[in-house]
Amino acid sequence: MTLAIQLEDLHKTFGHTVRALDGVSFAVETGTIFGLLGPNGAGKTTVVRILTTVLASDSGRALVLGHDVKTEPEVVRRLIGLAGQFAAVDENLTGTENLSMVGRLNHMSKAQVKLRAASLLEQFGLSDAAARPTKTYSGGMRRRLDVAASLVAHPQVLFLDEPTTGLDPASRADVWAMIEALVAEGTTVLLTTQYLEEADRLAEQLVVIDHGKVIAEGTPATLKASMGATVLDLGLVDNRTALRAGEVLKAVNDKPPVVLGNTVEVNVNDGPRIVTEALRILEAEGIAPTTLALREPSLDDVFLTLTGHRAEVESDTTPADQVKPNGRSQRGKRGRS
Amino acid sequence: MTTTSFPLAQPVVSPPSSRGRLYWAIADSLTMTKRNLIGYTRVPEAIFFSSVQPIMFVLLFRYVFGGAIPTPGYHYVQFLMPGIFVQTVAFGSIGTSIGLAEDLQKGLIERFRALPMSRWAVLSGRTTADLCRNLFVMILMTAVGYAVGYRIGTNVGEYLAGILLLLLFAYALSWGFAYIGLAAPNSETAQLMSFPLLFPLTFASSAFVPLQSMPGWLQGFAQHQPVSIVVNAARDLMSGVPKPDLVLPPFTSIVSTGRTSSTVFWAVIWSLGILAVLAPVSVRRYRRHAV
Repeated sequence: MTLAIQLEDLHKTFGHTVRALDGVSFAVETGTIFGLLGPNGAGKTTVVRILTTVLASDSGRALVLGHDVKTEPEVVRRLIGLAGQFAAVDENLTGTENLSMVGRLNHMSKAQVKLRAASLLEQFGLSDAAARPTKTYSGGMRRRLDVAASLVAHPQVLFLDEPTTGLDPASRADVWAMIEALVAEGTTVLLTTQYLEEADRLAEQLVVIDHGKVIAEGTPATLKASMGATVLDLGLVDNRTALRAGEVLKAVNDKPPVVLGNTVEVNVNDGPRIVTEALRILEAEGIAPTTLALREPSLDDVFLTLTGHRAEVESDTTPADQVKPNGRSQRGKRGRS
Repeated sequence: MTTTSFPLAQPVVSPPSSRGRLYWAIADSLTMTKRNLIGYTRVPEAIFFSSVQPIMFVLLFRYVFGGAIPTPGYHYVQFLMPGIFVQTVAFGSIGTSIGLAEDLQKGLIERFRALPMSRWAVLSGRTTADLCRNLFVMILMTAVGYAVGYRIGTNVGEYLAGILLLLLFAYALSWGFAYIGLAAPNSETAQLMSFPLLFPLTFASSAFVPLQSMPGWLQGFAQHQPVSIVVNAARDLMSGVPKPDLVLPPFTSIVSTGRTSSTVFWAVIWSLGILAVLAPVSVRRYRRHAV
């Protein structure tokens, strides 16, 4: 088995107090899409920055295709592509100029760069806008150009940090299709996301991190299976009734029901039997559910169970440089005369 | 058979050892310089408005304050213009800190740090582009000087040497401002941080007034700080060395090569010294988050 990425007990502290990574380990096989999932501030971007040689870890090891990011950063940079959280394109340059710049900085020849830029712009539906400065692009177009820029040098391992955050559903679907096409050609993709739907759709393997620690890992299917085979969703007339229903339904299942608003969720292994039993108990209590559904668990349910909160949807606004020297900005203002 | 498309997962990047580090440092710097220069051409109004301020200074000192400032040995416009030139390129080098802070803010530096490019190129590409911009501004300011009555007091060769000296000094300052650009949280702050550094250096100098008119404690600083040293050298090269008994209004001064070579020597030493110290410091700062 060849590993594209290997992390061993990675630690990173910002300043003296902010423990961004607190012993993260995982491995990614080549040619797969790997999802790094977690809420805001969980440490996803820090992992990506360490793996792309942008940031040094405090301790632990990080390998990309067997090369240590600390001791062989120059080798690693030749193997990877990065599309960071911001659409990092130069807005004064055209689409073509942006891709050419990145190609030249990857030390490709002018001829290679020209061909590659044209084919990527075509592939990302940006040919018509290729000669326009990117400040005229929409958010979705910038994002696509940003991802295209990360692909210029044919990276073997691609890092996409929240590639669809802030995109409309159509652009999101485009980016997904593009990622799937890449992996079909042999590229390994590490994808961070806050969107469970995205991880569910794309990732073959997942880790969930929270507060700098891995709190779960596996395939989307195994993570969902750990929840119980099915979820029984009951809608009640109001919260008070829902709470009462949750109380009486404790009897039907080993895992206690979760009450959210006027709904009750029960994770169950033996769905049909429990539905019958639950309805009998509720009827005996004089409670009539307004809706009833038996469904597959979603990653959202996994998230809720693991972290105790739902996935946050607002975008991560962590600045690119998280550590800033404070209080030294006025150095030299006085003290000269 | 040849084909024009590459299989995707096969890297086409040159192997690391195919060319030396120095070759790539220069090639990457040129790529970055080109990128920054294209940026300037796309926002021509930025260059236009950045030229307005120095022109206002010329008009202010030439026509408003100039009459009240005695400059023995020189007509005031001959005294003033080399000083304005130095002030202009020195303030122009603040652009380096603003440009880098913007790149950092937009996440571009993050991308560059993950590329197999030279660790010098982001900074040298920016400082070199700013050098080109300063050259353009100097051509403009030469025309402005001519329009307000400035005449070369030496010869064209020495005048051009003076411009080269100014540009070298500004280039050295750019490397220092690069540090501020990388340390500042955003481009507005980068500008605010740069200004108080440069303001006392340019105004408490021999750029606008003879040092003898300042109080003694200030003269000590003003005489030995690099802006004055560069201004004096530029003035010697462009306007000529003053002859103490020269009477106004001739616009030219008498050249004495002996003094010129000594002031120029120290101005070059200062510029190279600033460059030699600040360039590695700024590159170190650029690499700091990297490995």
